[in-house]
Amino acid sequence: MAEPQHPIDAWACPAPLPASDRVLLGHGSGGKLTAELIRDLFLPAFDNPVLARLDDQAIVSINGQRLAFTTDSFVVKPLFFPGGDIGSLAVYGTVNDLAMGGAQPLFLSVAFILEEGLPMQTLRRVTASLRQAASCVGVEVVTGDTKVVEKGSGDGLFLNTSGLGVVPEGVELSAARVRPGDRVLLSGSIGEHGIAILAQREGLEFDSPVESDSAPLHTLVASMLAASKSIRCLRDPTRGGLSSALNEIAARAGVGIEIDERAIPVREDVKGACELLGLDPLYVANEGKLVAIVAPEAAETVLEAMRRHPLGKDAALIGTVTEAHPRMVTMRTVVGPTRVVDMLAGDQLPRIC
Amino acid sequence: MCLAVPGKILEIEDRDGNRVGKVQFGGVTRQVFLNFVPEAAAGDYVMVHVGFAISRVDAEEAQRSYELLQAMGMLEEELGGEAERTS
Amino acid sequence: MKYLDEYRDARLVQSLAAQIARRVTRPWTLMEICGGQTHTIMRYGLDELLPPQIRLVHGPGCPVCVTPLEMVDKAIEIASRPGVTFVSYGDMLRVPGSRSDLFRVKAAGGDVRIVYSPMEAVKLARARRDRHVVFFAIGFETTAPANAMAVWQAHKEGLQNFSMLVSHVLVPPAIRLLLESPHNQVQGFIAPGHVCTVMGYRQYEALSREFRVPIVVGGFEPTDLLEAVYMLVSQLEEGRAEVENQYVRSVRYEGNQPAQRLMETVFEVCDRKWRGIGTIPQSGLRLRAEFGAYDAERVFGASGVAAEEPAECISAQVLQGLKKPTDCSAFAVRCTPENPLGAPMVSAEGACAAYYHYRRHSLPGEQSHGRAATPN
Repeated sequence: MAEPQHPIDAWACPAPLPASDRVLLGHGSGGKLTAELIRDLFLPAFDNPVLARLDDQAIVSINGQRLAFTTDSFVVKPLFFPGGDIGSLAVYGTVNDLAMGGAQPLFLSVAFILEEGLPMQTLRRVTASLRQAASCVGVEVVTGDTKVVEKGSGDGLFLNTSGLGVVPEGVELSAARVRPGDRVLLSGSIGEHGIAILAQREGLEFDSPVESDSAPLHTLVASMLAASKSIRCLRDPTRGGLSSALNEIAARAGVGIEIDERAIPVREDVKGACELLGLDPLYVANEGKLVAIVAPEAAETVLEAMRRHPLGKDAALIGTVTEAHPRMVTMRTVVGPTRVVDMLAGDQLPRIC
Repeated sequence: MCLAVPGKILEIEDRDGNRVGKVQFGGVTRQVFLNFVPEAAAGDYVMVHVGFAISRVDAEEAQRSYELLQAMGMLEEELGGEAERTS
Repeated sequence: MKYLDEYRDARLVQSLAAQIARRVTRPWTLMEICGGQTHTIMRYGLDELLPPQIRLVHGPGCPVCVTPLEMVDKAIEIASRPGVTFVSYGDMLRVPGSRSDLFRVKAAGGDVRIVYSPMEAVKLARARRDRHVVFFAIGFETTAPANAMAVWQAHKEGLQNFSMLVSHVLVPPAIRLLLESPHNQVQGFIAPGHVCTVMGYRQYEALSREFRVPIVVGGFEPTDLLEAVYMLVSQLEEGRAEVENQYVRSVRYEGNQPAQRLMETVFEVCDRKWRGIGTIPQSGLRLRAEFGAYDAERVFGASGVAAEEPAECISAQVLQGLKKPTDCSAFAVRCTPENPLGAPMVSAEGACAAYYHYRRHSLPGEQSHGRAATPN
């Protein structure tokens, strides 16, 4: 390289930062930092074959009965948002993690972590919502726990829920079963939960407010499973959005995935909010949607079954599993060319530029 | 740099000496400062950057230039078609 | 959405690409200045549609990328102080200073917040008189009027607990520097449409005349960018070197006068250091003396210490358009958005990050068909 002769030739990059010695918010965003944390810290610590599958739930066999077991924590802010609240979200989120394993959800535990000073009325409202959501799904809260932390050590109210369900005979859903040629189905429009939450924080108003899509998916899953035996894998694209769910599947199965941007349903209001804040709906959270990978010959049948269910009425075929570019998700853009759909490194931030 | 998004002004009010509008983006509305676009009225589209309108979208210019673009597109299709036939 | 969807029309995009291919007879190197335009090009894969003669290179138009290290260090120092609420645009939180970044300050207990608009910072100061609210005012000319308005508003209300850490930069001096470089390969520029929305494009006429270089003020949607490329190619093929305006729906010759007036009331032009490059004369904005009470550097007397940048990164060449991000040995290996070596990998607008997110794959078919990320 020639000697720098002009100031602009000396343009260089800033020094790298050492790997973080503190937990960052991005470690909980469901993107790459979360994946790294699991890979580098948790998996080696708890090394076992059930955990290593890294599906949304663990499937364990006891006396020949296959049980699905999962746990999830909820730290949503605000606690109450259009279309839901932390209580119903906790129930549905846990139920959905079980449902993605094809399980019939049965029992839940609920642990409350409360901040000193939380209005009792808030706690009552959340509890009532929890109870209503559980009874609507048909699960029972059979155990629980309460802890109170000092004012300033928590953010009002956190919930942890664990769920237990049974997996019907013959049902086996796992990313490991995905094969090239399989089709990718999406149960409806993306981004509504993330935007509903963000709207409250950002002071966005909506003509008709964007409601979180928070909903229990177990009956949708049951009707899909009844329609076809050729469903390979289900995922609910929560934190990190559709891109994270697809990247996870591609990575676990060692396959590539190709999607078509024009086929992905996004509501006009969600689109508007994303344009305004510089966000990509592919990375925005959902709480009532699922991605299904199905054998090619079953795609049409499963799609029809999804569309007959109210939670899948906007279901769409959005892509194909490929042998090419393993562990990578690509997308044909609205104007034609193809690009990579990467997993997010940390939280998606509103950008000004 | 500089993300700016087109939105439609629904209504305008004076708030503490600032010209503030309710602006619609797709199905979303947000409060936007209109101090820099005194010429913009309700019904107009404005380009919005970090909460401020930085220009009024010139609807006539937009229409004219878009028609030009479409005409170019149609011409191209004809030319492209001819090129295919002759090749 | 009106004024967006129609400019993302696949048929129009394809036909524009075909017209560019028809118009071009020789290789040309073009640069889009603005990171937002780089983002669109990568997001939609527009460069794949261009004929091989057109080489698009990506300019320094990412405010997050060019904010000097000393300024990031100052921000980190101020944000770490007790009693301070530090407010910034989202992307700035990830930018590494010499030892930390704002996300880590937040993780360590600092009160660091993200806002969408500078007026939210003023609102915060109004609501929290017990805190001193510092807004990190970065950006190009597009953002300057909004930031000026925040200071003006604080001044009008007599807010005592609001100040601004100003690191504004201006586009034309950077283009001049690029053109003055003996290594310059750029033959035509797409000027940043939103900067020109505020400033107009008079300043670009002088550059075009002096350096005999065509400049087209371009928009941010796929058809905007391809039309701007078409206009540049037409000029180059015809031997013209003029300033033309593609983005007519937003940009007027004189720019936005009320915005310029407020900018001039609150800010004055100054020499400004750009990250990695050093000081470019008359390339920045700072608060005028009358508004010194709102200058966070004065309020806190924060002193940044000059820090060394690593040698491995080639962003000097990337930001001049001499190299593509993929030409860097550290790209996607030691330098990723999670652990950026350089600022262009940090912001979503940065050229390296755009390549990483959208083009990392170098799709197998792509290279074998001779349409790799570096078409030359």
